[in-house]
Amino acid sequence: MNYFIRKIIDFLITIFLVTLLTFFTFNILPGNPATAVLGPDADEAQIKILEKEFNLDKPLYARYLSWLFNAAHGDLGTSYRFHQKVNSVIADSIGVTLSLSIFTILLTVIISIPLGIIMAVYNKNPAIKALELTDQIWISTPSFCTALLLIFIFTLKLKLFPSMGFVKWSSDPGRCIKCLFLPSLSLALGSSAILARYLKTDFLEQKNKNYVKTARSKGLSSFYVSTHHILRNSIISVVTTLGLILTEILGGSIIIENVFALPGIGKLIAISISSRDFPLIQGLVLYLALFTTSCNFLIDIIYSLIDPRIKRRHV
Amino acid sequence: MKKYFSNPSFLTGTIIFASLLLFLLSGSIFNRCDYDAIDTLNKFAASSKEHIFGTDYLGRDVFARILMALRISYSVGFIVMISGLITGIILGALSGYFGGIPDSIITKIVNTQMSFPGILLSLMLIAVFGNGTFITITALYIMTIPKFTRIARGGFIKYKNSLFVTAAKSRGAGPLRLLFVHILPNIVPDLTVTATLNFSLSILSESGLSYLGLGIQPPLSSFGRMLNEGQRFILQSPSNVLIPAVFLILSVLSLNLIGDGISSVNQK
Repeated sequence: MNYFIRKIIDFLITIFLVTLLTFFTFNILPGNPATAVLGPDADEAQIKILEKEFNLDKPLYARYLSWLFNAAHGDLGTSYRFHQKVNSVIADSIGVTLSLSIFTILLTVIISIPLGIIMAVYNKNPAIKALELTDQIWISTPSFCTALLLIFIFTLKLKLFPSMGFVKWSSDPGRCIKCLFLPSLSLALGSSAILARYLKTDFLEQKNKNYVKTARSKGLSSFYVSTHHILRNSIISVVTTLGLILTEILGGSIIIENVFALPGIGKLIAISISSRDFPLIQGLVLYLALFTTSCNFLIDIIYSLIDPRIKRRHV
Repeated sequence: MKKYFSNPSFLTGTIIFASLLLFLLSGSIFNRCDYDAIDTLNKFAASSKEHIFGTDYLGRDVFARILMALRISYSVGFIVMISGLITGIILGALSGYFGGIPDSIITKIVNTQMSFPGILLSLMLIAVFGNGTFITITALYIMTIPKFTRIARGGFIKYKNSLFVTAAKSRGAGPLRLLFVHILPNIVPDLTVTATLNFSLSILSESGLSYLGLGIQPPLSSFGRMLNEGQRFILQSPSNVLIPAVFLILSVLSLNLIGDGISSVNQK
């Protein structure tokens, strides 16, 4: 079967399972959501009305189907806490999380690609060797620990960046970058250590290949060969790793947003869990999982476009 | 075993891990303070003979709280690792060795679970079932199943048609014997690496959940919780953030180094 068609079918099945899992986790709970909303001393008539509104009088599969139908039309119900449509609550905070993720990925790429190349090219230099030993420390440090250390250095000692709050890009771009710098740096340090390491390993492997020797014997400089020949081949491993890192950044931002009090998805998740706002959590989980699934799907596709050999390998 | 100890990562990791365990053991023997004894007159005390690491914002002894947090981290990590390992081997054997319909069902479920980024799946379970130590362990356990299953499945597929398995089969060995006596020892090295890395990942996730206030609940102490409380008073007492951070990083680092060392020795 065609590689792309198979990938698309896999993608659709995963999406179906994600919706199934999200719906049923929130519906296997004992107890009646209607009483949970109204409190213990609600009267019968009120409960009946709310049950009708939540479709609780219908069987589970019918509720799933109607939930799926509404979700596909962009209606995920009303948040208990904010008394707004779940979609509009999420739309208000998704911008923060997106800008945080984009900023983090930019920082990761800016830090890790030069670092990876330097580590590969000068891999016999003792100073670089020492640097390599520290990369396991960066990988092991949880992002919120890094965040606290960065707050300690940059906010308390140097007073350069704010440790909490967020300003919209549209109102003041400079302040927006200032607010996002520490959170994204704390996420990016860990992920760039991983990416630099992958790049280094791949780079060293490519360095001994025949095409590099040919290019060098033509008289091209070592720098030119590194940037124009080897890097182009190593970029494949960078893209795959970046895909894995993207989901990690998204997961990490759940905690980081709470460290820096950024009003994004992560903050919303913490609020909705502590106030037991089920429609909102359900919507958030669904969106994040669908986003990750789509990203993984896109990376598979991009991967096979960059390197056509992959398609054949899987048949 | 000797070849493992000549690997620098493995050696460093083991030394840090052993020192942490020793610290935990000797600390628990000599520690006289209660980790939850509040003494508001003695807030943010500096390091002294009585309180080696000082006290926190409620005047609780930081040393005793670190010991408790270390104990909780290691127990949570260990329970999650062992239960994830066992489940992963069983599911991996089912799907890798037998193939067919169980294989496609298990692979699909594992892939679905993988599409929940980071601690999101645990957060969803905590949202529904409430928080507490037991729920935290269960949520982290469910989160680790996919990784173990993938590794075990790959191993069982790799070896199921190899010569030594066919030979054992022709001597009349049943599937259980083939799976666990003949194939399993061959994938133990890979599983050990996954297990160590999972141990450290569970410690990390537990501290993350506790930082959000959704993992281990008070009065028990945990690194995440200590960091959260320390952050609020970082101006008055930076050491309340630095000490738990250092211990958390060391526990994760030591396990990662061990895992790293094992995998680089195995690859040779």
